[in-house]
Amino acid sequence: MTQITSDDVQHLAQLSSLQLTSGEASSLRDDLQNIIGYIEQLSELDTTGVEPTYQVTGLQNVWRADTVDTYGADKEALLALAPDAEAGQIKVPKVL
Amino acid sequence: MSIVADFLGKNARENVESAIAKAREHESFNAILSLSEVRALERADKVDAGEITGRLAGVPFIAKDNFLTFGSPTTAASTFLQGFEAPLQSTAIEKLEAEGAICIGKANLDAFAHGGSTENSAYGPTKNAFDETKVAGGSSGGSAVVVALDIVPFALGTDTGGSIRQPASFNGVVGVKPTYGTVSRYGVVAMASSTDTIGVLASNVTDAELVMDIMSGQDGKDMTTLPDFFTPMSLDRPLRIGIISESMTDDVDVAVRNNVNQSIASLRSAGHVIEEVSLPILKYVLAMYYIIVPAEISSNLARYDGIRYGKRADAQSLSEVYGASRDAGFVAENKRRIMIGSYVLSSGFFDAYYMQAQKARTLLIEALDTLFSTYDVLVMPTAPTPAFTLGENTDDPVKMYLADIMTVPASLAGMPALSVPAGKTETGLPVGVQLIGQRQSDALLLALAKQMEGNA
Repeated sequence: MTQITSDDVQHLAQLSSLQLTSGEASSLRDDLQNIIGYIEQLSELDTTGVEPTYQVTGLQNVWRADTVDTYGADKEALLALAPDAEAGQIKVPKVL
Repeated sequence: MSIVADFLGKNARENVESAIAKAREHESFNAILSLSEVRALERADKVDAGEITGRLAGVPFIAKDNFLTFGSPTTAASTFLQGFEAPLQSTAIEKLEAEGAICIGKANLDAFAHGGSTENSAYGPTKNAFDETKVAGGSSGGSAVVVALDIVPFALGTDTGGSIRQPASFNGVVGVKPTYGTVSRYGVVAMASSTDTIGVLASNVTDAELVMDIMSGQDGKDMTTLPDFFTPMSLDRPLRIGIISESMTDDVDVAVRNNVNQSIASLRSAGHVIEEVSLPILKYVLAMYYIIVPAEISSNLARYDGIRYGKRADAQSLSEVYGASRDAGFVAENKRRIMIGSYVLSSGFFDAYYMQAQKARTLLIEALDTLFSTYDVLVMPTAPTPAFTLGENTDDPVKMYLADIMTVPASLAGMPALSVPAGKTETGLPVGVQLIGQRQSDALLLALAKQMEGNA
């Protein structure tokens, strides 16, 4: 069975943009170990030559007209949702 | 049987006031996260003045708190979206409002709809309507309880792997998950986009059918919606019904099996042809589901970064803002699912997990399609047990996942399924029986459910 280490947990947390507190990392390690141990049983199933199913509607390339659509929300209302905004822009901490 | 009919033509303000009073009386169940009293009463007055009319004029309802609505916050039962005032309403809400329905508040759920007990809510668990020491089920636990307690005649839910059907079963109400693509998901908090559906919990099938009829149809804002195929009907012929034998083994609670067997007996005496069928791949459906769904969750929940909306943690750099905001805004189950998703999608593991699960999903769909070439409807319990005790499964995520085994097949296959009440255990806990149909056979399933309800 796959062993999940503390390093694996930290790596997955990083891939997931999650900062973890140290106590939580340890209980998450146990949980992830158990969940992965469970889902691994799927390797028993023979899927040779089977095509994957990513979606079930069969719909393809549903287009809409290439015109501006606010989808019922105006710019000011959306900006008001941001924790920090200024001069019609969302403000974020220094990136570089 | 319709309860909705009792509300129509009555004073809408009184309907709303009475529903809100009942909601307040039942606060101990923790089924409701917010009430939109001011807006609900404004709309009621417009109904009473004849300015708003329709098939649900003046009928109060409650929406799961992952539907964007005006009048009260939309939190998805998370702290991330605590106090979030939606800038727009979901299409499902708009369609119900266009028929005069009045949303009076928002129901509790597992945070971001991740869970099967409503114990993952950041605002505390909802208690079962029949026994306050038991779980409500989930993730639409609040929606099931507000209907079971008779606060409103119907409530909206979302069902990704059983989140409408299982709480309906645990609280003795009707729960309908439609064919994937039946109802627009625009303006509803996304979880797993290849199986997310919107449906209804109601006290009876007739009302559930009316709400589905109103909500269904293509929407330019959700490119996965199908052209409207839903037309309510009545049964005019006996059906061929398959009972999935793997769902009725000794692993399933005996009271559940006894009640489901009674439902099967009534179906037989109503003239339907009943046969046992086999679905051996059932033992693998949870492994498929708990690969595919976390993968989609890890992608969908990437949007919660504390930048454009929701709570932003105080930190110096941008990456610390992301990490700290997500740490504070997600509950443990959200983190587990996001990290499992990252794991199964990461290079080196992708083929072994994600690709294997999507291939297995094809095999499941083929097995179900083969059964539906002979049978009109498949029957199984909605859940392997009645409502379990609060706290019983919270330390063991895998044990919690096992409760989804009956509901996950229809979700992965995009097929319609519903749960109807099928009696109670000796201790008075409700049990549900699940009907599953071929894609777009929603009206047939509801017709059979109506007949079962009439014969009950």
